[in-house]
Amino acid sequence: MDRMKRTPIREQDPKVRATNFDEVCLGYNEEEAVQEAQRCLTCKNPQCVKGCPVNINIPAFIAQLKEKNFEGAAKEIAKYSALPAVCGRVCPQETQCEGKCVLGIKGEPVSIGKLERFTADWSNENNIKLAEVEPANGKKVAVIGAGPAGLTCAGDLAKKGYAVTIFEALHKAGGVLVYGIPEFRLPKDKVVAKEVENIKKLGVKIETNVIIGKTITIDELFEEGYDAIFIGSGAGLPKFMNIPGETANGVLSANEFLTRVNLMKGFKEEYDTPIHVGKKVVVVGGGNVAMDAVRTSLRLGAEATIVYRRGMEELPARAEEIHHAKEEGVIFNTLTNPTEILVDDQGNVTGIKCVKMELGEPDASGRRKPVVVPNSEFVIDCDMVIMSLGTSPNPLISSSTKGLETNAHGCLIAQDETGLTTRENVYAGGDAVTGAATVILAMGAGKHAAAAIDAKLSNK
Amino acid sequence: MYRIIKKRQLTDVIYLMDIEAPLVAKSGLPGQFVITINTEKGERIPLTICDLDKEKGTVTIVFQTVGASTLELAAMNEGDELFGFVGPLGKASDLIEMSDAELKEKKVIFIAGGVGSAPVYPQAKWMHEHGYKCDVILGARSKNIIILEDELRKVCDNLYVCTDDGSYGFKGNVCDMLKEVINKEGKSYNHCVCIGPMIMMKFACLLTKQLGIKTIVSLNPIMVDGTGMCGACRVLVDGKVKFACVDGPEFDGHLVDFDGAMKRQRIYATEEGRAKLRFEEGATHHGGCGHCGGK
Ligand SMILES: Cc1cc2nc3c(=O)[nH]c(=O)nc-3n(C[C@H](O)[C@H](O)[C@H](O)COP(=O)(O)OP(=O)(O)OC[C@H]3O[C@@H](n4cnc5c(N)ncnc54)[C@H](O)[C@@H]3O)c2cc1C
Ligand code: SF4
Ligand code: FES
Repeated sequence: MDRMKRTPIREQDPKVRATNFDEVCLGYNEEEAVQEAQRCLTCKNPQCVKGCPVNINIPAFIAQLKEKNFEGAAKEIAKYSALPAVCGRVCPQETQCEGKCVLGIKGEPVSIGKLERFTADWSNENNIKLAEVEPANGKKVAVIGAGPAGLTCAGDLAKKGYAVTIFEALHKAGGVLVYGIPEFRLPKDKVVAKEVENIKKLGVKIETNVIIGKTITIDELFEEGYDAIFIGSGAGLPKFMNIPGETANGVLSANEFLTRVNLMKGFKEEYDTPIHVGKKVVVVGGGNVAMDAVRTSLRLGAEATIVYRRGMEELPARAEEIHHAKEEGVIFNTLTNPTEILVDDQGNVTGIKCVKMELGEPDASGRRKPVVVPNSEFVIDCDMVIMSLGTSPNPLISSSTKGLETNAHGCLIAQDETGLTTRENVYAGGDAVTGAATVILAMGAGKHAAAAIDAKLSNK
Repeated sequence: MYRIIKKRQLTDVIYLMDIEAPLVAKSGLPGQFVITINTEKGERIPLTICDLDKEKGTVTIVFQTVGASTLELAAMNEGDELFGFVGPLGKASDLIEMSDAELKEKKVIFIAGGVGSAPVYPQAKWMHEHGYKCDVILGARSKNIIILEDELRKVCDNLYVCTDDGSYGFKGNVCDMLKEVINKEGKSYNHCVCIGPMIMMKFACLLTKQLGIKTIVSLNPIMVDGTGMCGACRVLVDGKVKFACVDGPEFDGHLVDFDGAMKRQRIYATEEGRAKLRFEEGATHHGGCGHCGGK
């Protein structure tokens, strides 16, 4: 075995998977996982742990895998993470744990994400009980939003004996995990539904179809006797570019497109949600959301193109997704920025006018700022444009709750360590606080808030 | 949860239902809407709240069968349960937010076109219950599509009914009716709430702009989540992109881009039509009709 090389991962053939919604990556089997685990040096001062936003003791769980003690590995991860089957699939490992792994200096870093995924899947398949529930302590906590932040916070508190109810606006629990990230990257029944089930098994109640701020307000929740409230309501409203033609037929946000396909199963015969898929689809943006939208439209039969204003190097999406998108035949038009959406007299999209960009001086964020190349205008023919430009916060909860303050961007203000907002006994975390970020950060915020809520309520 | 308590067929294509949804009934206000989901695999259908009974915990909805999902809803019966019923969504009507002094200044005319009488009704009722006067114009293409006439008559001072074909009431559209009321009856108004088909609202707004009557319209664009997450419901108001589900559904009618909004409404027309065919014809649908592309 060459210690510098990763154990290869099995994947669906790109030509085949470009036409189906089954998971792209097939994961390690037991032998492969153990073989990959053997590569780990079990460093005394492990760099990978520093790269992990929730500081999972990575060498410790990998050491268990080496011994084929899969249950032990699962228990080790469970000390830090509530959603390992999800994170093993969607974390940007290349900039976190794997980016720091010392093996990466001369060769390839340990496939930490794939090992995490293997461990979590094994533990789910074998129904391993990872936590005990303490006896009920008589205190009630309400959690708003059933995304990674809310589910994690609810799970941790339930384990400590709190009676926890999650209120979710949509008809299904999971947040972005159900309506955003597609099936081919994160299987809904096998992984997400299972994680939600696990949380329910701890005694957490999930009330779907309830919008906090509309159906019930935060003040009413307190009146109903909840002792504390955690807000994990997610990133909010999709942004648009404000260029001409943007309200045309065939222009939609990635959120709308992905929700129709994922949550409402627009691609399945027996579901009723209409989904209009173009023959030539342009997705504007370069993040994970853009990659998901472009690869989904490709799978629905479109010629699919990314338009992104910076270069290939700067694409913010996970490296694996970009790699997969290329293999599947997605066209990348980088250093390109749309200026207008062209529309026929019926109001339907016919194309997108763009200009070429080049990278100039670094801006405040340290990223090199794209500037327009003069006289570089050109048109890409298309009949659908999907905007994937990020989000701005949803004012529903903040505007209906007294004493809950937001920052200049409209995100809820919450303390780093505890998630405490500007209102007593109200905590918040995840995208609602940080703006669109990652599953692991949302999960971490849910964990921190659960610990803070427990500290506060048990001192009473 | 979400049991159908009462079902009434108002015309051959319009139905009224009382749905058991105590939380929505408790917090809902005139002008707001709900989203219904028939079955686990169903579409999310936005419908304006027509009435609320806080004691019984029911919410009244009125809908016209336009696509597969509304046909399916119409086929459900008293005692059946809806898979989902979410709300109240959107902002409450302007009128409800106004002070007593402001409301006393208002001479309000409601214009309801077709199923638009459903969302107009709770607003007129609210005015009536709070001791303010209002008039209502109720218009439709033909007599058989006039709904909620008796209910509206009870809560307004003057009800003016008109039909395009003259089969009932005044012959003419709501614009003709409004001119008639102002010119012949000497009425004057300074506030109009106009709800109905997009094309009717467009022309009513052109008229009220001429007449200098402030006009509020209620839009029902395509929606998915109804909570401000997807952007499907965006409309151009005063040149700015607004999300009808959080910023609306009511907007200043003189600032709405109706032409753009009407084009957007047609996006899913063909797919919806196809789903409707599949639903109506079930297993007997073979795609030979030439309308559906065989899907
Ligand atoms: C398409 C897509 C792809 C992504 N890919 C990745 C990836 O590869 N890796 C990664 O780490 N991250 C990825 N992300 C980001 C990641 O999914 C989010 O950072 C994470 O889900 C945030 O979790 P959350 O719990 O804060 O919010 P969410 O997951 O957004 O959950 C919030 C929940 O709250 C509910 N809600 C909102 N308002 C209310 C209310 N008023 N009352 C009741 N309920 C309410 C919402 O319906 C939702 O279910 C992706 C995001 C998207 C959209
Ligand atoms: S840095 Fe790499 S080699 Fe060292 S413990 Fe972490 S995963 Fe193992
Ligand atoms: S319906 Fe999705 S944002 Fe309004």
